[in-house]
Amino acid sequence: MSTAFREPSFVADAIRIARKDLLIEFRTRSGFLSAAVFALLSLAIFRFSWDPTAVRSIDLAPGVLWVIFTFAGLLGLNRSFNVEQVDRAMDALLASPVSREAVFAGKALGNLVFVVAVQLLALPTLALFFGLPVGPEWWGVLAVAVLAAIGFVAVGTLFAAVASNTRLAEMLLPMLALPFFVPVLIPAAQATSSLLAGRPLHEVLPELKILGAFDIVFVAACTLAFPFTLEE
Amino acid sequence: MTTATTLGTRSTPEPSKMPAIDWLLVLALLAVGGMVVRAIMFTPADAALGAVQRLLYVHVPSAILGTYVACTIMAIGGGLFLWLKDERLDRIAESAAEVGFVFLTVNLVTGAIWGKSSWGTAWAWEPRLMSALFLWFVVLSYLVLRDAIENREARARLSAVLGVLALLLVPFIHMTVYLFRGLHPEPIVLKPDKPSMPPEMLITWLVALGAFALFFFALLRVRYQWATQRDARAALEQQ
Repeated sequence: MSTAFREPSFVADAIRIARKDLLIEFRTRSGFLSAAVFALLSLAIFRFSWDPTAVRSIDLAPGVLWVIFTFAGLLGLNRSFNVEQVDRAMDALLASPVSREAVFAGKALGNLVFVVAVQLLALPTLALFFGLPVGPEWWGVLAVAVLAAIGFVAVGTLFAAVASNTRLAEMLLPMLALPFFVPVLIPAAQATSSLLAGRPLHEVLPELKILGAFDIVFVAACTLAFPFTLEE
Repeated sequence: MTTATTLGTRSTPEPSKMPAIDWLLVLALLAVGGMVVRAIMFTPADAALGAVQRLLYVHVPSAILGTYVACTIMAIGGGLFLWLKDERLDRIAESAAEVGFVFLTVNLVTGAIWGKSSWGTAWAWEPRLMSALFLWFVVLSYLVLRDAIENREARARLSAVLGVLALLLVPFIHMTVYLFRGLHPEPIVLKPDKPSMPPEMLITWLVALGAFALFFFALLRVRYQWATQRDARAALEQQ
């Protein structure tokens, strides 16, 4: 790497931080493994809590999927600021010539990759365990999942930063973040349910609009709010 | 950004003696008591709903004060704190959240009692109820977050972030819960009709709103003064 002076670039800084986080994750695999095992185990356990003669699997699957995404995602979010507390690595990160907003964007980007990776694992498993028909509608489901994941990680990353400064740390994150996930989870679960039932994409447009608007508002708001969560 | 030490010099209050009797609170309690007497003795109950309709005089004012007034003060107080770094703004936001939480709880409980009597169910997954419940959770998490941070400066700063974001969240929750009903039409929920309220009821309702607003601000003032004393004591203990 060259040591010459470079203009600070928001996107390049963010990608560098995301890459660092993902590299740590790739080498230790602690967060991803626990989230993946959690997702697969819960999918299997939910399968036993349900009487297939009473409830059709297609009615149950979207709710199960989004509950699992939420809690598997929270596992990943908790980890994203825990890694910075070891040896006070956060201080080094803040001392580097990188803007706070870029730190947030990088953290959120790393978490987005994490959450989408869990989703990519959970979606086929859901189809397998719940005996759902596999077809082109799954592309729509994936699009909904990614759109929801963006808002999810924006809010989740910010509250992970907030929670990491408190006495309760990990225990506080679900409490802070879950009410904020309501406008993500309800439209996403409903859109998934419509799409899996074979409805065309334009019928879920109202849900996609809410998800898109939530993404825009909260990515912007959380990026601006993040510097306030840091100690000077 | 300001640190804890500069905050301490700028807006830490001097300890002062609290008055033995808070006259505003006494006045507010008298107003609420008078309202209750008026609502029970001098206002006719609804012919169809019966005596339970008198909950209107508690239920609606607590919703208005808990939702619109308290949460707005919480969010704006937090936002201004992030900008001006004045601890008094944090204490206002803190007090509004705590008093607002009481009003929101009263709103949910009276709603459940009324719902049990008039709808036949204490809880329905209906947009308005869902919005109220999620807002209650947001304010609860705000209070738990405050409780979980020891450092005064960090507590004010982090809870202000949550308060401001909560204000952005509310319109999204409204949109989402209405979408929820749109896709899952429920049997028509019988709702008490308000607009065609007879004048005696309307006057009692306005009296109730005024009395509870006075009560809200009296409690807010007491809670704010308490927070001032607490912070003054903490500052003294640090010396």
